[in-house]
Amino acid sequence: MSITVKQVSKSFGSFRALEHVSLEVAGGSLVALLGPSGSGKTTLLRIIAGLEVPDAGTVLYQDEDVTEAAVKDRNVGFVFQHYALFRHMTVFENVAFGLRVRRWPRKRVKERVGELLRLIQLDGLAGSYPSQLSGGQRQRVALARALAPEPKVLLLDEPFGALDAKVRQDLRQWLRRLHDEIHVTSVFVTHDQEEAFEVADRVVIMNHGHVEQTGTPREIFERPANPFVMDFLGNVNVFHGHVVRGRMKVGSFEVDYPAHPHDEPRPATAFVRSHELELLAKRNGRPSLEGKVVHVSPAGPVVRARVFAADFGVVLNVDVTRDRYAELGLEVGDTVYVAARDVRVYVQDYII
Amino acid sequence: MSTPDHTNSRSDPRWVRITLVTAALGVVGVLIVIPLVDVFVEAFGRGFGAYWRTLTADEDTLAAIRLTMTVAPIAVVTNLIFGIAAAWAISRFRFPGRTLLTALIDLPFSVSPVVAGLIFVLIFGLQGYLGPWLRAHDWRIIFATPGLVLATTFVTFPFVARELIPVMEAIGADEEIAAVSLGASGWQLFRRVTLPNIKWGLVYGLILCNARAMGEFGAVYVVSGHITGRTDTMPLRVEKLFQEYNTPGAFAVASLLASLALVTLAVKTALEWKTRRDLAEAARLRSEGEEP
Repeated sequence: MSITVKQVSKSFGSFRALEHVSLEVAGGSLVALLGPSGSGKTTLLRIIAGLEVPDAGTVLYQDEDVTEAAVKDRNVGFVFQHYALFRHMTVFENVAFGLRVRRWPRKRVKERVGELLRLIQLDGLAGSYPSQLSGGQRQRVALARALAPEPKVLLLDEPFGALDAKVRQDLRQWLRRLHDEIHVTSVFVTHDQEEAFEVADRVVIMNHGHVEQTGTPREIFERPANPFVMDFLGNVNVFHGHVVRGRMKVGSFEVDYPAHPHDEPRPATAFVRSHELELLAKRNGRPSLEGKVVHVSPAGPVVRARVFAADFGVVLNVDVTRDRYAELGLEVGDTVYVAARDVRVYVQDYII
Repeated sequence: MSTPDHTNSRSDPRWVRITLVTAALGVVGVLIVIPLVDVFVEAFGRGFGAYWRTLTADEDTLAAIRLTMTVAPIAVVTNLIFGIAAAWAISRFRFPGRTLLTALIDLPFSVSPVVAGLIFVLIFGLQGYLGPWLRAHDWRIIFATPGLVLATTFVTFPFVARELIPVMEAIGADEEIAAVSLGASGWQLFRRVTLPNIKWGLVYGLILCNARAMGEFGAVYVVSGHITGRTDTMPLRVEKLFQEYNTPGAFAVASLLASLALVTLAVKTALEWKTRRDLAEAARLRSEGEEP
């Protein structure tokens, strides 16, 4: 079942949480709402669920307008960041709750709960209470509880936000596999881009109550729509300069920018990802910046170097492969030349 | 927290500690323990048989016990319903007048019970605002059971709500929102999720409410009109017997009220312990959930 959000706005007092947000979620897909805190992503999720009513705009499930429908009539599964398990009920009763309030016959409740506990691999813990479970187990129970009444839509609010790194990693791969099995239309909120890119079919990037970009993880990573998205994705070096006559100049770097062929200079920002910068031991004719290595962090799949470019007074973050690191014999204090393989320039609305 | 306190108390000179402990125990002994023991000594001084006869032989005393057993439950049930509603409203919603409501809940504690009684006389009494209308319809409120119920309910009004508000705030609305998202109706949500979570706090509030309802004197004194055998509750009966120099009778009824106090104290202590544990558990579950 698809979800359509049209021109939804919502304010809390003077705070505008969402402004004219529109969104399409294809039936059976898994979509991530990604953004910094305060971007409106959780409000949007709660509006889709019916936990909040929008000030303006509509929400459709397939073709049905559910904007005014109560949560309990929407048949959604909602997973909370802090689990919100019923503390006085066993795991079995937690999962059975949605079925009991719908007055399923006892026998079917038992079958359905058994089926779900097997799905979340906790069938041995049916009689335990939430306080006896680990964080990861609790979140799996919360997921089973949300899925039990066979919801048309599954909504997850920072589902892994409260878990430690290792459990989080396991659980998100598990969520992806689970979604591949059951294909329920799912939307989840996260502020962790790695999580969004790893799990989701499509990612919606939000900021200040607006959608900045929507696309597959690859589209967003390869073609960030604007400086916000570029910056939010992180691992990026930012240069401020001007474009004049189709060229952007950043010190001795020059980049083509044909969209602005005019004489009058316009302020522009150039972004270079740290893995798109290269370190050279000596100049080789390509445009490069001279700098001094101030820090090297060699523990990891790539070596991260921080290079101080005196001409600009900025510190650049450069990722180097381990092989290249060995080849250069990089050490703190070395003079190096930094060249860029790829530069993205944003001038107000123009993008290359 | 406890460690520095402990060190401080240890570093106080010996005589300070001894003086403080003696003073505290002395006050508790003289003001609380001795009078309480005395009530039972006086009541049972002439044996259990005499005690039993004193209680049961007097029709008016029996009537007072029956009246208290009628008035207190009605007041407790009324405040049970009001208390849950008020705690729910205050802990789950933000609405205009919320702070005012929170303050007003405590009003009966700060108003002298006698004043509370007088308010009801002023409203429902013969010379009161509604007096003529009530008399025209042949309804009696003041100097009758309804007046006693009203006065008792007013005085015991805060107990349940005050007990529930912090419990409901500590538990939070997460589980209730989860229940709604799972399709629960309002009643299902209350019965299956909220009630089990607040039940011990609720019982605690009810126990205190009941103790006060049975023991209330001032407000009831004003609205009752002291009609022996008709509007005397147990505390009023104790006073009347005492004024009539019927000391054994007064102490026999007083011993019943004192026993109620002891039972209340025992249940209260047990529940306090349990509630504290539940709140700590709730806090622990929340803080664990918030770890990164």
